Amino acid sequence: MPFEALVGACLAYVALMFGVAYAADRAAARGHVRWLDHPLVYTLSLSVYCSAWTFYGAVGYASRSGLEFATIYLGPTLVFTGAWWGLRRLVRVARMHHVTSVADLISARFGKSNRLAAIVTLIAVIASTPYIALQLQSVRLSFEIFATDAPNGADAGAMGGTALWVAAGLALFTILFGTRNLAADERHHGVVTAIALEAVVKLLAFVALGVFVVWGLADGPGDMLARIARTAADPAVAEGWLLKPDRWTALILVSAAAILTLPRMFQVMVVEAADEERLHVAGWAFPAYLFIMSLFVLPIAVMGRELLPAGSDPDLYVLTLPAAAGQDMLALLVFLGGFSAATSMVVMCAIAVATMVSNHWLVPAWLALRRIPAPDETDDLRGFVLNARRVAILAVVAAGWVYHQASGGTAALAAMGLVAFTGMAQVLPAMLGGLLWRGANRKGAYAGIGTGSVLWMALIFLPSVGVGGDLPVPPGVDPWTAAVALSLTLNTLAFVGVSIFGFPDPVERLQGLSFVSAVEPIRHSRMLRADDRAEPLLAMARRVWGPDAALRYFQAEARAQGKTGYLPDLTPRFLTRLERRLAGSIGSATAHAMIDRVAGGVALTVADLLQVADEAQRAKEETQRLEAAQAELTRTARQLRQANDKLTALSVQKDAFLGQISHELRTPMTSVRAFSEILKDPDLTVEERGKFAGIIHDEAGRLTRLLDDLLDLSVLESGRAQLTISVANLHDLITRALAAASATRPERGFLIDRDLPSEHLGLITDADRLLQVLINVISNARKYCDAAHPVLILRVRHPEGGGAVIDIVDNGSGIDSGRQQLIFEKFARLNDPARAGGAGLGLAICREIMLTLGGDISYLPGQGGAAFRIQLPARPPVPSG
Amino acid sequence: MQLDILMIEDEPNIAEAVRFILSREGWQVDLHADGAGGIEAIMAARPRLVILDLMLPNRSGTEILNDLRAADDADLAATPVLMLTARGQARDDGARADAVLAKPFDNQELRATVRRMLA
Repeated sequence: MPFEALVGACLAYVALMFGVAYAADRAAARGHVRWLDHPLVYTLSLSVYCSAWTFYGAVGYASRSGLEFATIYLGPTLVFTGAWWGLRRLVRVARMHHVTSVADLISARFGKSNRLAAIVTLIAVIASTPYIALQLQSVRLSFEIFATDAPNGADAGAMGGTALWVAAGLALFTILFGTRNLAADERHHGVVTAIALEAVVKLLAFVALGVFVVWGLADGPGDMLARIARTAADPAVAEGWLLKPDRWTALILVSAAAILTLPRMFQVMVVEAADEERLHVAGWAFPAYLFIMSLFVLPIAVMGRELLPAGSDPDLYVLTLPAAAGQDMLALLVFLGGFSAATSMVVMCAIAVATMVSNHWLVPAWLALRRIPAPDETDDLRGFVLNARRVAILAVVAAGWVYHQASGGTAALAAMGLVAFTGMAQVLPAMLGGLLWRGANRKGAYAGIGTGSVLWMALIFLPSVGVGGDLPVPPGVDPWTAAVALSLTLNTLAFVGVSIFGFPDPVERLQGLSFVSAVEPIRHSRMLRADDRAEPLLAMARRVWGPDAALRYFQAEARAQGKTGYLPDLTPRFLTRLERRLAGSIGSATAHAMIDRVAGGVALTVADLLQVADEAQRAKEETQRLEAAQAELTRTARQLRQANDKLTALSVQKDAFLGQISHELRTPMTSVRAFSEILKDPDLTVEERGKFAGIIHDEAGRLTRLLDDLLDLSVLESGRAQLTISVANLHDLITRALAAASATRPERGFLIDRDLPSEHLGLITDADRLLQVLINVISNARKYCDAAHPVLILRVRHPEGGGAVIDIVDNGSGIDSGRQQLIFEKFARLNDPARAGGAGLGLAICREIMLTLGGDISYLPGQGGAAFRIQLPARPPVPSG
Repeated sequence: MQLDILMIEDEPNIAEAVRFILSREGWQVDLHADGAGGIEAIMAARPRLVILDLMLPNRSGTEILNDLRAADDADLAATPVLMLTARGQARDDGARADAVLAKPFDNQELRATVRRMLA
């Protein structure tokens, strides 16, 4: 492809990226962040993990070492699926403290120590420079392969120029979109959106190539698998393709560490995350992305080995394979994919490392030199910080280019991805320890990071650039694995050991508590002078954020304190919040130091030290106490709600009951009133007078019975019924009940079926109450049994444990199954067409009596007619109270 | 001749009292004692006035009233209805009735109401 066409494609692509980043930044500035904040954008931006090293290098890796390349994807996958809660925690704590980088996180956790941050920054710079060089190299190599007619011939100088142009372009992009403002929350919507788009390009390119290889070059998946098996059996590769468990373990560990500690990964995953909820989607979507990216690696590697001439660079199979097959458009797409991978890595890495360099090297140095801030100074710290960051970006990218030129673009660069991984992995013990272990302290972090990084330098970094040799190891042991194991183990041991014997200072303790418990940092009191006011702080904030933003923030804080104007009181709460906000712009160590200068240092008394030592325990207890109180409140609320529901139901019941009583009272009253008025009429006949007086008498009797029943029921229901317990013979009671009930509809001749011997049973109970129940049930049978030849069967059984069960069954049509439960309710018979005299309280009273006597009454379904079962205990319950 | 009053009331003594009071005024009063068949009785008799008890077995006064008002025959549907209720208050039980009397009622009031409705 002509060089100009290639450059044109690249320029068009770069212009697209600039456009997308610009549009996203504008949308964000106008507050349209909804789609920018979509979890999918976040997930795609995470794919900055797949740099040119993985895009090109994975195939080379696979052709040399078989499946081992997959470890690079397995580590992050394990972190996202297995330690998802830990990631959430990391993001939450980092957002809480406005952490700006991995160095800032370590510094904030370990007592806001800038020296520690500076050391982590150093590791990041050392690890990143060759890594960036590797990206530039990949772009240059892909150009070399592609450009068939470069101007001035394909000489190295022109190609070095390519790398220079790419580096310059990327630096420009990063400076434009990476240092637009100095927001408290360091988010770069434009950059992130552009990188999310690049992730899509990468994925499309790689999948398109994979599909072409499997279905275009090979004969489908089956054929592909056979070819892979053939290659694996080839003695030329068999040694490299062997599974090496020790290397696999180390590689998975290191790549898992990388996803957490690589500056660019920390930037996109933690700093650019709006909140930890993003991880819900990323938790499955990012591993899915990695899986798709890794799916076609082996097929491409195998196909490259088979089809391309011996001696071709496996690291460039992804380009040379489609080019050799004459698929120019596919090759161009792959080229752009690789270009995406390289550029997104460089941009993000530059932003992240430059933030560290400016926050932890340049700004502290400048502050120390200028001995600021004195309150009356008016210099523009904001401008300085932004410029420092721009210079740092330029320096980081330039260092990468210089390294690329100096290394001569040799294959030595290919190993640099892994070297960077292991370098940043040295931060992992301090990072995890800081998040999980309150005992971790600054000296431990120094010891661990120091030990680990020196070993990394000596055993991994320097050998990789040709200085010194590999670690001398016994034969059969992989030197790289041994170096990783040694450096990480000693790192961890030093970190833990020194932490155990060290004594953290109060600020460190407070931060440790906040990090480990993922709770808001505890406010610590400062030594405030009597004349301390907010103006100097405002002046300082103005220099960091610019006048408008600073004033807005101070006004909001003042309003939150209930004050007008723009000068809040210097409460510990305000100072802590201000410091954390400043930390979001210039790093926690610098923010801490600056506020110290203006507002006095953190108060340090023996009492404070003791108090701080207890703070953790107290905070923990407080949390537990609050949780208990919360649970108690929830329980109480639930009980109240239940009580309220019950009261509401009772109130509805009461209203219905009163309505029914009203009805039952008014009905006889209506007859009484109407007829008594009619009786005043002098024209009535004697018969009429007698008849109407009879009606009045009957209705008055009905009223009396109703009132008696109501009174009886209310006494029984309230539990105040007086029982007269005696010994009674059940046979006598049944006989008396039958006699009394025969007054109901005496015209009906009932056949009574009794089993006399079983009835002779002495009962200890209230005989009158039991008699009342029996009369009621038998009377009901006489009233309602609709058989032509009515029969009433009475049976008594003697259950084990004493007492009696009395079944009373008639041969009528019985009670509908739907109403069998209802009949024991008050006024259940209200809509009964065959209503007769009573108010429908009889069975309700019977039930109350039986419950008072310790027994029960129930309806027996399926007995042919209406059937009631009365159960009596051996003796009545002892009244309580 | 058209029937003056059809009364639907399940309490025999109340029905007897109402019939006695209104017969004395010269009106003819027929009785139906159950909610079931109430609307059929009205359709068959086509009275000038219906006196309807609210709480009836099988079918409530409200339901019968709704049936009546929904009748296809517009004249029948417009039959004046006097609702008798033994609930504490008339509330909205007889919302679609032309008049409502609470039990126990004053005989004079009953006479006056019926006279007004038949006029």
